[in-house]
Amino acid sequence: MYVKFDLNALCKKVLDEKLKEQGLKYRLLNFGEVEFYESFTQEQHKIFKKNLEEYGIEIIESQKVALVQKIKDTIVGLVFSKEAVTVKASIYISEKLNHSYGYLSNLFSEVTHTSIENFIIIQKIERSKDLIIRNKQSLTEIAHKLNYSSVAHLSTQFKNTTGITPSQFQKIMLKKRKFQSIINNINVA
Amino acid sequence: MTKEYLSVIVVEEDEGTQIFFKNIFADLKIKTKVLFFSNGKDGVDYLMKEDALVPEVLFMNYDFPEKNSLELIDQVKENFRYNKMTTVLYSECLSEHEIEEIFVKGINVFMKKQNNYSNLKKAVTEIITVNWQYYTSVLNKENFIMKV
Repeated sequence: MYVKFDLNALCKKVLDEKLKEQGLKYRLLNFGEVEFYESFTQEQHKIFKKNLEEYGIEIIESQKVALVQKIKDTIVGLVFSKEAVTVKASIYISEKLNHSYGYLSNLFSEVTHTSIENFIIIQKIERSKDLIIRNKQSLTEIAHKLNYSSVAHLSTQFKNTTGITPSQFQKIMLKKRKFQSIINNINVA
Repeated sequence: MTKEYLSVIVVEEDEGTQIFFKNIFADLKIKTKVLFFSNGKDGVDYLMKEDALVPEVLFMNYDFPEKNSLELIDQVKENFRYNKMTTVLYSECLSEHEIEEIFVKGINVFMKKQNNYSNLKKAVTEIITVNWQYYTSVLNKENFIMKV
């Protein structure tokens, strides 16, 4: 059985519960931003941070890091959106975040050691991996969905990023799943 | 805050290759803290300890004379603490079929071992850069397979 989950909804729910537990007045905004209606003590901050760590949620302190996180979230939203987005990524990002693309691009490279363009490629390949494993769409359909001009373009980018071809990837992942389920059965028995 | 560096463990017998690795890691833009072990047994003994540091990336030579490196990694991975660790195996020559097998068994990265410093540097840099992205962004480790 495979399950699919909405990370965003999940995290919001956890945040909501943890904040309520501490009796803080707040408002959840987009992009994981929390606005507080009242200030809280250093001690409260510490407890809150610790509570969230259990769930792999961390408080981002620096403005720069927070903005980079927004860029990443925007890219993920763009790449994983249901409808194909036809607007250029650079325009989309800078309009959405209200900063010039040059500024965002420099900041991104400085903090993440990679370029926005590269990060978009990584995310697109991630999504294509996901779709390839589901095996519901042909590679041509996947290429179209992810805005590649051709299936060859997707294949080349896939190979350049991972070192293997999409079909090799599919074959390996199928075998890997079979292998893991055998191991799990042995452990259960 | 996420820490600002990657912890790395390298298990490599050959001293010359260890020095290559040391210099490469020192040169990277992404900060790393690296521990070296000269044989598979020492490396695994360390990782099996309760208070062992859990590295983000483990580099291991595939060709150990005394023990099979896949078995060693299996042994380590039995401990759930190492679920998130990226495993990199490298070797001078493995057939396509053998490479496929190591991916099936759960290894994330296969690196063709380069004897030339600048080629090795290129490969290691690529691996660390991708790992940095996996570490700092939410990417699905299950699907992480890479051949360099």
